[in-house]
Amino acid sequence: MASVVLSEAEKVYIVHGVQEDLRLDGRGCEDYRCAEVETEVVSNTSGSARVKLGHTDVLVGVKAEMGTPKLEKPDEGYLEFFVDCSANATPEFEGRGGEELGTEIANTLYGVFSSESSVDLKSLCINPREHCWVLYVDVLLLECGGNLFDAISIAVKAALFNTRIPKVRVLEDEEGFKEIELSDDPYDCIRLNVDNVPCIVTLSKIGYRHVVDATLQEAACSLASLLISVTSKGTLTSMKKVGKGSLDPESIFEMLETGKRVGKSLHVALQKTLDEEESLGTSRQKVGFLG
Amino acid sequence: MAAITMRLPVARKAAAPPSAPRGGEKHLVAPGDTITTDTGYMRGHGTYVEEEKLIASVAGAVERVNKLVCVKALKTRYNGEVGDIVVGRITEVQQKRWKVETNSRLDSVLLLSSMNLPGGELRRRSAEDELAMRDYLQEGDLISAEVQSVFSDGAVSLHTRSLKYGKLGQGVLVQVSPSLVKRQKTHFHDLPCGASVILGNNGFIWIYPTPEQKDEEAGGFTTNLEPVPLSDREVISRLRNCIVALVTQKLMLFDTSILYCYEASLPHQIKDILKPEVMEEIVLETRQRLLDLEG
Repeated sequence: MASVVLSEAEKVYIVHGVQEDLRLDGRGCEDYRCAEVETEVVSNTSGSARVKLGHTDVLVGVKAEMGTPKLEKPDEGYLEFFVDCSANATPEFEGRGGEELGTEIANTLYGVFSSESSVDLKSLCINPREHCWVLYVDVLLLECGGNLFDAISIAVKAALFNTRIPKVRVLEDEEGFKEIELSDDPYDCIRLNVDNVPCIVTLSKIGYRHVVDATLQEAACSLASLLISVTSKGTLTSMKKVGKGSLDPESIFEMLETGKRVGKSLHVALQKTLDEEESLGTSRQKVGFLG
Repeated sequence: MAAITMRLPVARKAAAPPSAPRGGEKHLVAPGDTITTDTGYMRGHGTYVEEEKLIASVAGAVERVNKLVCVKALKTRYNGEVGDIVVGRITEVQQKRWKVETNSRLDSVLLLSSMNLPGGELRRRSAEDELAMRDYLQEGDLISAEVQSVFSDGAVSLHTRSLKYGKLGQGVLVQVSPSLVKRQKTHFHDLPCGASVILGNNGFIWIYPTPEQKDEEAGGFTTNLEPVPLSDREVISRLRNCIVALVTQKLMLFDTSILYCYEASLPHQIKDILKPEVMEEIVLETRQRLLDLEG
């Protein structure tokens, strides 16, 4: 993760500020920075989304391809995650520097989506044991400004919401040969139900309190963070602790309560924005990267 | 209560030209644009000659002084000049000197002999002073200093040989482009709203609570780690957001513009200042007041 060096006095200032619920940019401990979400930014994907959270910029593309189901789950499709920390994001990612962080984020995403209720994988099945849809979710980090996990999970949810999988029909002829026919109409597709897709909320412990959506400076003052994934109903699907400091059970409990509360508001805000974008339909002015 | 604002991105509108053109139109160029085909001009920074044409190598405004043509870029690294005030961060502690990061092409240098000793002693620096360097300034510390000289390769040599320079205590650092900091007589301002600000020429802006009394033991070797009161914190956070707003709208930073922006932002909550529409409104009001001040 990109890090900034701070002097002792600056760290003390930040820690005292968090105690009094006034962070450097005037936010409270549970406030997020202003976020911008846009879907359908990459044309040759099945679904895509771009999220800007302060200085953090994330682009997610989802490609639906036909594959064989996994042996232990023959009647379900699956998701594959790949995270690319490009050198654009921060000079530390030059060459192979971003690989470690990329695999860590990808593994976290696998853990978040491992719950059976997150995405209806059975709807991705075409022919049990033979064909299924595989969703390749590719995450590209364009700029690293703190709080990567939250931004990536929001972008993944928005991209899955935007994903359009073509409808297929399975035709069986006399010899039992199964043939897959793709619908001629390009707009005839199935959408995924993202109501239960969780979002990650990162809670960083600074001093005696914890903050949500930490900037790089605040992350430098925090010794331990808790990453939790919360669904829109407030259920926890996974939890992970990062950082070299320790957390005592009481503060973990408090952070979980905060995380669930913040997670629910996050889902509400995201769904509202996605619905607003959908309602604009074709009249929406695409901003993309050159806006 | 959590507050989360999510919105759809809005395409940036082309900026309307300023209502009162000051001193004629600016000649803006991009890298590769021809500035002039007249061979009588000398080429300055940001230009090069190709096939008898003077071509710009950076994006910015063309400045002409008699026969010298140069291009002043909007976003550059800091180019040191003697007498500039800079705010820098210590990156390395070496033998008899510190390396300071000042957003320039090369790390700046602060020699041990250019540093004030505590108590204002005047003596030759000894081996004990050299060993105790880390007690004065460590990696990550922020200092305010003045540029003493510029080496031939462009690296800058700093000095803190005055009571107003030295290690900085509690406060907030904002990093902006050096070209947005207006050159003035003094860069240390005690704003009437209750905080003080140092506008470094290198683009590092330091906002800190105004100290109650001027310390005799200056140079600030002992940092005050007492908690800053909430009222001062609010002023500092508001100033920080105002400076970020001014920089996003590409307005020059100097004490008057920051103060006007602060006053224009008072009706809004501190965290709302960073919302795009509020930012535009505040900066528009600031721009208007500055134009009224000039006119």
